[in-house]
Amino acid sequence: MIDTLRLTAEEAMGLIERGEASAAELHSAYLDAIRERDGELHAYLRTVDEADGAGVPIAFKDVISSRGVETTAGSKILEGYVPVFDSTVATRCREAGLPLIGKTNMDEFAMGSSTENSAYGPTRNPWDPGRVPGGSSGGSAAAVAAGLAPWALGTDTGGSVKQPASLCGIVGLRPTYGTVSRYGIVAFASSLDQVGPMTKTVRDNALLYRIIAGRDPCDTTTVEPPQPVELPEREDLKGIRVGVPKELNEAEGIEPGVKEAADRTIELCRTLGAEVGETTLPRSVEYGLACYYLVAPAEASSNLSRYDGVRYGLRVEGENGVRSMYERTRDAGFGDEPKRRIMLGAYALSAGYYEAYYGQAQKVRTVIAQEHAAAFRSFDVLVSPTSPTVAFRLGEKAENPLAMYLSDVLTIPSNMAGLPGLSIPCGLSEGLPVGFQLIGPQFSENTLFHVGHALERAIGFDVVPGRLQ
Amino acid sequence: MTWEPVIGLEIHIHLKTRTKMFCRCEVAYSEPENTRTCPVCLAHPGSLPVPNAKAVEWTIKLGLALGCRIAERAVFHRKNYFYPDNPKGYQISQYDEPLCVDGRLVVPGPDGEPEVGIVRAHLEEDAAKNVHTGSAQGRIAGASATLVDFNRAGTPLVEIVTRPDLRSADDARRFLQLLRQTVVELGISDAEMEKGSLRFDVNVSIRPQGSDELRTRTELKNLNSFAFAAKAIQREVERQTGIYEAGGEVEQETLHFEPGTESAPPLRSKEEAQDYRYFPEPDLVPLQPPAELVERVRAELPELPGARIMRLAAELDPDTATDLVTSGRDALFERVPGDRRAVANVLMNQFAAAGVDAAAVDPEEFGKLIEARSRIPRERLIEALAASGTPGFLADDYLGDGLMADTSELEPIVDRILEANSGQVEAYRGGKEGLLGFFVGQVMRETQGKADPKVVNELLREKLST
Repeated sequence: MIDTLRLTAEEAMGLIERGEASAAELHSAYLDAIRERDGELHAYLRTVDEADGAGVPIAFKDVISSRGVETTAGSKILEGYVPVFDSTVATRCREAGLPLIGKTNMDEFAMGSSTENSAYGPTRNPWDPGRVPGGSSGGSAAAVAAGLAPWALGTDTGGSVKQPASLCGIVGLRPTYGTVSRYGIVAFASSLDQVGPMTKTVRDNALLYRIIAGRDPCDTTTVEPPQPVELPEREDLKGIRVGVPKELNEAEGIEPGVKEAADRTIELCRTLGAEVGETTLPRSVEYGLACYYLVAPAEASSNLSRYDGVRYGLRVEGENGVRSMYERTRDAGFGDEPKRRIMLGAYALSAGYYEAYYGQAQKVRTVIAQEHAAAFRSFDVLVSPTSPTVAFRLGEKAENPLAMYLSDVLTIPSNMAGLPGLSIPCGLSEGLPVGFQLIGPQFSENTLFHVGHALERAIGFDVVPGRLQ
Repeated sequence: MTWEPVIGLEIHIHLKTRTKMFCRCEVAYSEPENTRTCPVCLAHPGSLPVPNAKAVEWTIKLGLALGCRIAERAVFHRKNYFYPDNPKGYQISQYDEPLCVDGRLVVPGPDGEPEVGIVRAHLEEDAAKNVHTGSAQGRIAGASATLVDFNRAGTPLVEIVTRPDLRSADDARRFLQLLRQTVVELGISDAEMEKGSLRFDVNVSIRPQGSDELRTRTELKNLNSFAFAAKAIQREVERQTGIYEAGGEVEQETLHFEPGTESAPPLRSKEEAQDYRYFPEPDLVPLQPPAELVERVRAELPELPGARIMRLAAELDPDTATDLVTSGRDALFERVPGDRRAVANVLMNQFAAAGVDAAAVDPEEFGKLIEARSRIPRERLIEALAASGTPGFLADDYLGDGLMADTSELEPIVDRILEANSGQVEAYRGGKEGLLGFFVGQVMRETQGKADPKVVNELLREKLST
């Protein structure tokens, strides 16, 4: 009997290597767990019955194309769409022998922070089914937290890996922009989208990042990371300079319990031998969110234009001519959040407004990158809570887009700068997990894994939700 | 008042690369519908563009041939609009940072060598093809359905925009001919209008001669040949002249011509101000052509047609030089010995009519034909020209054989003809020397074209002068 609740991917690999379990047995153990617990959680949109590969199964957010498996991006407009090609990350996982176990739920087109924007119904948080798992990769986060997958891939645009990892008490990496191919990932905001591993441990995360990272000739924005990915071993932080950006740690809206857990973790960094100092990112935090909500919707408004009913996905016949078909298809196929962002983005790009909005946002983005670069002259990592709050109740922010947007206020600034960020669980507040965010300069994933691993060992957080134990 | 036309052109040419601009699908023209497609050119979710390096190199080549500056950094932009032939909902094009800028093309003509400024030459992708069914001539009006063929979607397309530097319909035609010949010789495009691998739009306005204002222009679209374009421009200039002279104002509008029916009046439409919401394509990094690449391409440029026209115009005239070069017959012209004008005339008339590939012709043998052209019967010459491209062709086979050059044979015939036409003989001797041709013709008829005209001429002159 395999206990999927506790099993890490690394341990599962060990079972296979030692011949104690086959890939097929592992696969079916996870399918059993899904049957048992996913009725309540709804982490998966669909599962794959047969293990295609000799390794540890993996779940993909439903924005990641894999040949022959329906991929909807959580939208009705793509209902029934079956990709004829593999995304590059799917190819890499296939080549590494990882069988796909299923596609996980998400906010429609990755737009949201709670997975309530899925056209197929919300996912619930394994720690408290009355609460959201975060988003947009909420299905992947919940699946890993509830032992329904040993590991999973999500995508992160403004915080969609880090924030749900935080709310579900798991580890999530948003890699340096350009280190993981976007080929075959249903696009939301091309200049920000990155695929990231969601795992129970930091070592699992490094193992999966090692599989998916690297230059891809099919995505011209990718590069080869300058150093090979190292599996973290060290449990001290000697020689590491930890910067605590004031604005990210004292932002309005950070819950006291979240602040306490983060502060304890910062103290722990000192205990483990790190030098800790305060720093500042004033403009990044003040303007990051506004800047993001110009750039991301602008790109989304263009990326979502291909869903027009002509070639695949939903089509609602028009009354008279193609315009009417377009309008009806897109009206019926998109939910409120994509519609809101398409309108925002089209506006930001229109003639006469471009310079004031999209053009200005790109300039601010440069300023944000420079401000972070300046901080990294003195520090190796910057730390803060990942999310200002623990998991909130279903429906609590669903009617207030702005409150929902603020869920990502701490993850967005470094995303705008293209920097990697790792969220690890650092404790509980009101019985719910709190995530700790580590931000590094470009290509510093090895440092983030090292720091994350050392903290993980020292914290000893139990990743199995109390109610499932 | 004298009015001066102000004409600018926007030309699109397909590059004949093996594969499409942003994917590896084959560029195809006559394959069955939707058989040259992939997730990228069908805009499947998550697919990403990868620029075709050959297309970039060829655009640089064209840019250099047009005297452009090659940008150190060129950016692809998205041009957003909805249409079924536009699968992504945006076209990847270039906007404010194109690959080639600020060039010029000198177009020799009878009035000198006007220089036409090239604003830009940029790289983009072509749209798919909408096929309207169930209506007359495949028009959209009355169609029962529109089918989309994505074979063409993503074909590399270079857009060339000129400054409004052209001053006559003929200059515009000459410019198009020269540009076409240039891209064909660079080996980057077939530039065939029938195939759709060359298309262009024309902007026309007029102004009082001597003024430098730019008045309201109209745009002429769907012109399907250079000759028709010249006619349509001329007509449009006349129309605008009529409006201004009647005290009216020209309205900004687009004139869509009906392909195939040149006499049909164009359909008019107001230009809708469409907002394409251009922004830099985030899926592609900017192009930064390395200096070594640009210099290599520059070094590989052949002597360009424009330069050859100017060289040949010095010994011929601009029109003949243009005709020779744009027909691709100038290389043969330069290698054929003999009287320059005679060689040019035969090449552009009888030889052109024979439809022989100039590249297949042996210039020495051809020279012999030119040299003998007045001695041999016209039919003979045409026959010889038609055969001049076949391997092993020998001019002598058509020259000596069967030609009557023997005076003892010809003399009796000449005498007979002069006798039978004593009236004309008298008139000739009275000063109507133009009648010589008449006598030559009579002799040729009598000999069924076999007499050597040179010998007949000599004989006739001799006899008529005594």
